Amino acid sequence: MDTAQIAPGTDFVWPSEDVSQIPFRVYTDQDLYDREQRVLFQGPTWNFLCLDCEIPEPGDYKMTYIGDAPIVVVRDENGDINAMVNRCAHKGSLICYKPRGNVKEFACIYHNWTYNLRGKLTGVAFGKGVRGKGGLTEEFKHDEHGLERIRVENVRGFIMGTFSDETPPFAEYIGEELMASIDRVFIKPLKVLGYHSQIFPNNWKLYVENNKDSYHASLLHVFHNTFGVVRPTMTGGIKLSKSGWHHLSYTQREEIGDENIAKENLRSKQDDYALSDTRMMQHVLELGDQVTNSIQTVFPTMVLQQILNAIAVRQLIPKGVHESELIWTILGFEDDDADMDELRLQVNNLVGPAGFISMEDGCVGGFIQTAAKANGDAQTILPMGGRKIEPSVGSRVTESAVRGFWKGWRECMGV
Amino acid sequence: MTTKTDLDRDLIHRLRIDALVADYIHCIDEDRLEEWPDYFTADGRYKVITRENFDLGLPVALIYCDGRGMFEDRISALRTANIYEPHVYCHMVSALKILDSSGPEIKTQSNFTITRTMSEGGMMTFLCGKIFDTVTEVDGELKFKERTVILDSRRIDTLLVIPV
Repeated sequence: MDTAQIAPGTDFVWPSEDVSQIPFRVYTDQDLYDREQRVLFQGPTWNFLCLDCEIPEPGDYKMTYIGDAPIVVVRDENGDINAMVNRCAHKGSLICYKPRGNVKEFACIYHNWTYNLRGKLTGVAFGKGVRGKGGLTEEFKHDEHGLERIRVENVRGFIMGTFSDETPPFAEYIGEELMASIDRVFIKPLKVLGYHSQIFPNNWKLYVENNKDSYHASLLHVFHNTFGVVRPTMTGGIKLSKSGWHHLSYTQREEIGDENIAKENLRSKQDDYALSDTRMMQHVLELGDQVTNSIQTVFPTMVLQQILNAIAVRQLIPKGVHESELIWTILGFEDDDADMDELRLQVNNLVGPAGFISMEDGCVGGFIQTAAKANGDAQTILPMGGRKIEPSVGSRVTESAVRGFWKGWRECMGV
Repeated sequence: MTTKTDLDRDLIHRLRIDALVADYIHCIDEDRLEEWPDYFTADGRYKVITRENFDLGLPVALIYCDGRGMFEDRISALRTANIYEPHVYCHMVSALKILDSSGPEIKTQSNFTITRTMSEGGMMTFLCGKIFDTVTEVDGELKFKERTVILDSRRIDTLLVIPV
């Protein structure tokens, strides 16, 4: 990596040799934000758009974003899923302004230009003019003015989108090992149990880092420790894609013998604080293993979560330099029975904007953003686990995955 | 439309529910949160859900309590475990409507707005929406058997920790 390279369109130079020191400026600089939109979000990256099960019928669509770019995802008459930039080819108005729905075609409200479900321009109002006057001239070719199409891939029911032809197929993008961990959790057809949205008072990258930072988990989120639900029998680790861009952080129970169960009980009984109702800590072992917690990131802004029986996909949307929005889509399996539905609702008290073990993620980024605004020339450091970007077995006390994110960021940004 | 007959019949209900709601919101706004579970029956249910989920028929709530233990855990967690910038709410509740007073349980709906003031002094309109209540009498006192808070906005600014 050429460390002296200036990011085009900016005067930014990465100030150190590796990715163990991060300049605050990356969280506050408008030029870098603008470049991220062009070369990262609209570059060789896969972005979560929606779920296959959210648009089951032909004509079903959902609005979403890749970075700042509004996107509409729609199922066409053939059952294929198409994604287009939600921007009329004429004046650029949103062609879709309701978050979800079902349409036969897309019609821009401004001048009634119409597009089919594959984004092809099918009609221009008064295209032939009125009484022989006005309208389009012969040089206008409908085929040249469709909606901008986005490449999509359906990954186990997650519809992913990329602007770039250069992006490798998704399985190759995240690698075999991390693909296997998606397959570990998403074993059956999904259903949506609900959505949350959380506005963070910070640059989008601070939340991405937070997800990759398994070091903070037991320190910032003290719910488990406080209520004695940390099990001494837990082990965990970090997996990283070869590129370093994507990661998985997990914890699991070791084979539980009677002796270990005794230890777990002892811990909770001795504590001054105990939960009055432990139903939300129940864990039905539905995935055939003892993994209690699996947080997987897909560069740049997708998070796949399994916390006990709370499964979800989180999508982060930048909202300017100093703000971002996290959309949580809370999931269950299509064949869940009423008891399982109820259990998932209870466990979901742990996560979301009001979640016992996640709410702090809403404020901590803002605390850093406050510092970043005032200290553009200073930097944060990522010393845990050394300087390398490598997996970790048995310990999550490492910032390896955060360094991996910055490697990906630099590669996309060309700095 | 509420008729004169309805009003005559529900006058006492209205006064009692109005007093219950006033006690409830002052309890929260004055940070006497340990008393919060007492406003519910032992088997009380409480949900804070977005209008988006509610309208789509999706069950996931931001906060879900089912039975007294879960109410107590919400409060002990915010006191001892959760970390957030200190803030206070000011609740405004209005437009109480009696939906059903024919049985022992009274069903109502009302509107609410909550402003949130942070420790640094900044204030914002944090939440607004509708509340659907089922109120019942326990040992001569009215309690919420069910309280469903439906938020008009789905966007939660930063985090939600204090109950609504």
